[in-house]
Amino acid sequence: MNTKVELRRPKAPSRFKHYLTAIILLLLLWGSAIQTESSFSELFHGLPNMLDLLREMFPPKWSYFDNIFDAMLETIRMALVGTTLGAIVAIPVALLCASNLTKRGLIYYPARFILNLIRTIPDLLLAAIFVAIFGLGPLPGIFALTVFSVGLIAKLTYEALETIDQGPIEAMTSVGANYVQVFLYGVIPQIQAHFASYVLYTFEINVRAAAILGLVGAGGIGHYYEITLGFLEYDKTSMIIIFTLVIVLIIDYISSKLREKLL
Amino acid sequence: MMNSWHDRVQKPKKSRYRWLIYVALVVVYIWAFAGIPYHGIKETAGQISRAILTGIFSPDWDYVYLPDGEDLLRGLLDTLAISILGTVISTIVCVPFAFWAAINMSNSRWVSGSGKMVLSFIRTFPEIVMAILFIKAVGPGSFAGVLALGLHSVGMLGKLFADEVENMEHGPVEALIATGANRMQILWFAVIPQVLPGFLSYTLYRFEINVRSATILGVIGAGGIGTPLIFALSSRNWDRVGIILLGIIVMITIIDMISGAIRKKLV
Amino acid sequence: MIEINNVSKTYPGGTKGLNGINLSVAKGEFVVIVGLSGAGKSTLLRSINRLHDITEGDIVISGSSITKATGHQLRKIRRDIGMIFQSFNLVKRTTVLRNVLAGRVGYHSTLRTILGQFPKEDIELAFQALDRVNIVEKAYTRADQLSGGQQQRVAIARVLAQEAKIILADEPVASLDPLTTKQVMDDLKRINQELGITTIVNLHFIDLARQYATRIIGLRAGEVVFDGPVEQATDDVFAEIYGRPIQQDELLEEAAV
Repeated sequence: MNTKVELRRPKAPSRFKHYLTAIILLLLLWGSAIQTESSFSELFHGLPNMLDLLREMFPPKWSYFDNIFDAMLETIRMALVGTTLGAIVAIPVALLCASNLTKRGLIYYPARFILNLIRTIPDLLLAAIFVAIFGLGPLPGIFALTVFSVGLIAKLTYEALETIDQGPIEAMTSVGANYVQVFLYGVIPQIQAHFASYVLYTFEINVRAAAILGLVGAGGIGHYYEITLGFLEYDKTSMIIIFTLVIVLIIDYISSKLREKLL
Repeated sequence: MMNSWHDRVQKPKKSRYRWLIYVALVVVYIWAFAGIPYHGIKETAGQISRAILTGIFSPDWDYVYLPDGEDLLRGLLDTLAISILGTVISTIVCVPFAFWAAINMSNSRWVSGSGKMVLSFIRTFPEIVMAILFIKAVGPGSFAGVLALGLHSVGMLGKLFADEVENMEHGPVEALIATGANRMQILWFAVIPQVLPGFLSYTLYRFEINVRSATILGVIGAGGIGTPLIFALSSRNWDRVGIILLGIIVMITIIDMISGAIRKKLV
Repeated sequence: MIEINNVSKTYPGGTKGLNGINLSVAKGEFVVIVGLSGAGKSTLLRSINRLHDITEGDIVISGSSITKATGHQLRKIRRDIGMIFQSFNLVKRTTVLRNVLAGRVGYHSTLRTILGQFPKEDIELAFQALDRVNIVEKAYTRADQLSGGQQQRVAIARVLAQEAKIILADEPVASLDPLTTKQVMDDLKRINQELGITTIVNLHFIDLARQYATRIIGLRAGEVVFDGPVEQATDDVFAEIYGRPIQQDELLEEAAV
């Protein structure tokens, strides 16, 4: 019986591909470690410094709350305005990108390409560029968040648009509706809940982003990181961090509850 | 009898609090838009935007490679290296967190609940603030960036990994218990093979995000292409801003394409 | 071989899953357990290798109590009991061979199994097991590329590689079509006869039970209401077990039409 089994037994597949992948990965890691001058002995030696820093952060200076409260309001305001403007701009962009609505590769491929280009630039870099263009203040921050929001909302929305049911669109076309009417009665009812949910999700991300845009001078509470760290007032820094965490958690909670209700 | 349907069809009642929500929204928006200082835009804004755009379309090609270092390629390479190391560190660190937070890996809700709390706490901590802390420990430079990305990514990856573990089939685990396997063997033969493709896919996804994050770490001195970009911006060297932006866009587009292709193959 | 002494199981909600069960299964028997769904068939089977804990009584496997065993001892008893599941419970993304080798892990140290260093004899054993269920040519195929019947045969090969002395099969054919059902049941019967492995199967179909069993146990509301050789299990007996006359969908041949 053994010989028979031997004959029918398939050959084990080669493991060459696995070994090659592992070697490439290790080389990548090794190269990255050299490039970034990473050394864990350095981390080990530096840890006491970090512990000192953490110790200086506690207890947080609660009274600093009064100084940063207005900046926090500005942060929320920036996120709100940036998200809203972004959402408005994202609607036509998403429609252009959706292949089932545009129907022309000549339009939706370039539109998607541009959308992907926009999405490559992180919000903080956008903010740095807008600060260089418009000067210091919350306005460049809002513009940065707007551009970032357009990228995110438009991408999520056009992907959702491509999965909608074509039936209602056909039905509207067959009753003689024009483009706008098809959109109003065939598309919007299918997509509005998703869209609102994406906007809320983007708002959550933007609140976090707005909290650090101040590092490049684009308004909001991030500016105070520079001030307090510059003067080595770490107890104030920890107050900023805690305040931001609380606000972010509250907004996340409200927003995720709303999103649950929507879908 | 013309209006007979009036009596039979009742209008659906609109929620009584609906108008309250609208009023609240309007108030919030008035508050938000009214609080923005619309003045103070530099008069040179148009000129500078044009200069940056020209910079992108006629970039400072000489900056791509300079023999004595501090050029675009090395900056991008540094950015890439930071994101690779940061991603690998976070992937290794987050696995135990993921098993801690997955509800089907522990006997009590408290255990997994606390794991999820820790992960969401890490997640809300911005990487740039973590980088500031690590700079204090290891000094300015790329290593601080690596550590910041490595720690911050644990929050999101840990949650995604935990979801993956929670969504796996219980059947193979049961089969392994029945063969008399111990806990480690069950983990290795029934759990890991099920979750590994998902883990790898999420790791690549996080890598895409980390490359973007790594480009901004330079703003606070934690290495990468961000540092020369900030310098170029503050010294109004718009051609150089253009080439750096171009470099970032090209690098991220290529990485997204490669990573997306691998992820498609994995699932 | 298997002694079930006065076993009861009460669920946390107070529902009785099993109630005062006394059974003794000898080596080499092919026992089929029948009963309505919810009668406790699955609970009883899973109590034997302690995938479920019982609340009262004792279950003794080849002279050692699995009820009292813990840790290493428990795993050692489980190693001798193979289990086959309704949903196959293979790791779908790994190869057939690795799924079969998973049956061997109870014999080796953790480190050795994690490094994948199975001895040559184990791999030989795995191939022989696959050969016995006629699926050896699929050894390096991913499990999710096999049909349901093939997957169940891989699961049987896993139990064979485990060198189990007892096989528990929990509704092994409930997810299969009539033709593959016959193949899988034939495999189980052949293994039972050729290797003398004690086999206990939960089945829904009465005609299958009659065709393959040497002994039939009827469960109703967690209690044994019939226990005897297959010849004694008349239609009246089944009507008694089910609490009503036999219905069409309890016969495989009828259900298949």
